[in-house]
Amino acid sequence: MHARATILPLTLDRLTYARGGETLIDGISATIGPSSRTVVLGPNGAGKSLLLRLCHGLIAPTNGAVRWAGADAFGRQDVARRQAMVFQRPVLLRRSALANITYALSLQGRLGRSERPARARDALASVGLAHVAERPARVLSGGEQQRLAIARAAALKPDVLFLDEPTASLDPGACRAIEDAIRAIDAAGTKIIMTTHDLGQARRLADEVLFLCRGRLMEHTPAGEFFERPRTPQAAAFLRGDIVG
Amino acid sequence: MQGFDEALAAAWRLIVTGDTALVEIAALSLKVSLTAVFCAALIGLPLGAALALARFPGRGAVIVVINALMGLPPVVAGLLVYLLLSRAGPLGPYGLLFTPTAMVIAQTLLVTPIIAALTRQVVADLWTEYSEQLTSLGAGRLRAVPTLLWDARFSLVTAILAGLGRAMAEVGAILVVGGNIDGVTRTMTTAIALETSKGDLPLALGLGIVLLVIVLVINAAAHLFGATARRAAG
Repeated sequence: MHARATILPLTLDRLTYARGGETLIDGISATIGPSSRTVVLGPNGAGKSLLLRLCHGLIAPTNGAVRWAGADAFGRQDVARRQAMVFQRPVLLRRSALANITYALSLQGRLGRSERPARARDALASVGLAHVAERPARVLSGGEQQRLAIARAAALKPDVLFLDEPTASLDPGACRAIEDAIRAIDAAGTKIIMTTHDLGQARRLADEVLFLCRGRLMEHTPAGEFFERPRTPQAAAFLRGDIVG
Repeated sequence: MQGFDEALAAAWRLIVTGDTALVEIAALSLKVSLTAVFCAALIGLPLGAALALARFPGRGAVIVVINALMGLPPVVAGLLVYLLLSRAGPLGPYGLLFTPTAMVIAQTLLVTPIIAALTRQVVADLWTEYSEQLTSLGAGRLRAVPTLLWDARFSLVTAILAGLGRAMAEVGAILVVGGNIDGVTRTMTTAIALETSKGDLPLALGLGIVLLVIVLVINAAAHLFGATARRAAG
């Protein structure tokens, strides 16, 4: 067992998000514990990315609440600083790879200025990017940029790391590097909550699955059980590759 | 009234011999306009970025006013600064009227809205791309301002050049507050206006050529620098 995070568990209490009269996240209740990799699955438009943004506090729920260790946390800086998120299309700043990470560390404010470069170099090395530390982030390849975004998030040593489709539009070699990085971050004690559209990746990484369909939580089950014996017809169809919606 | 060829030849002689009056006038023009653009950038860049990110009542009105001020007629700006600096005005005791400082103030007033308005647009566009990422990293709107300005630096060079173009080209404001005093406040544009009306076409034309070349060189240098830096930084 890892020494696990302290702002967990994450509790979603009838979490609802509506926009323009359309309910996009529909009354999701779940408790996500510290000791496993959680993968959010579902067809396109199910609300996977939106759920991550709500959990991370980037948007406010219309109804219901996101609770960390039992407390409503929206807008609370201390809780926000113990989370990190890697976006599907990460925004890298127009500065060196290393400076992208030291910038994030300075915002977090946990490390002194003199300690940041060493932490940043460790993070770069952990995703195999030590050799591009001084290179401008924007000239790196797509796979390297995504690894840099993961290193930037991992350097913060968050309690929870959200990843939204971290390998979308990457080639298989780049995907493997990113999956390895995710496993290493998990092993170092950070809770992983991620979305993916790649079922192979979900099988490789998931300890538990949240299956969404049209903004509703259909299943919240251990990964083995989900892939072998899905409980809902929607999940069964999704796993067969049928169009669900 | 001389012929065009004659004037052009005389103008060329003034340039290649490094005529003292011409060099002094060109140097003062550059000094005034570059100082004004520097001051305008110090005000306009953070002001534009703040307007892009801040949300307050009346924000729309402020943006409209700043956009409108981009078209502020130079003579009107000159008149306002004249009233401020004239002996009876609030800043009269400083005795700044008809000095290069007065010209810098007037041009800063003209250039600041241009830099602020263009900066606001550039930074607002960048914020739509960056906001989730910066929020996730824990940067509030205030902390995001320097980050966005730095990341927009290549686009902002264009905004500053637009401001410099206006400052170098205008004649109305500096004529009103500077007075076109020989050896003190005479700049390229005011001298061209004066010499043309006096009929001294060689000096006017020579100054015109120098003015064009300076503006061209500044823009070419900025373009080359920008292209190289952009290629290096991605």
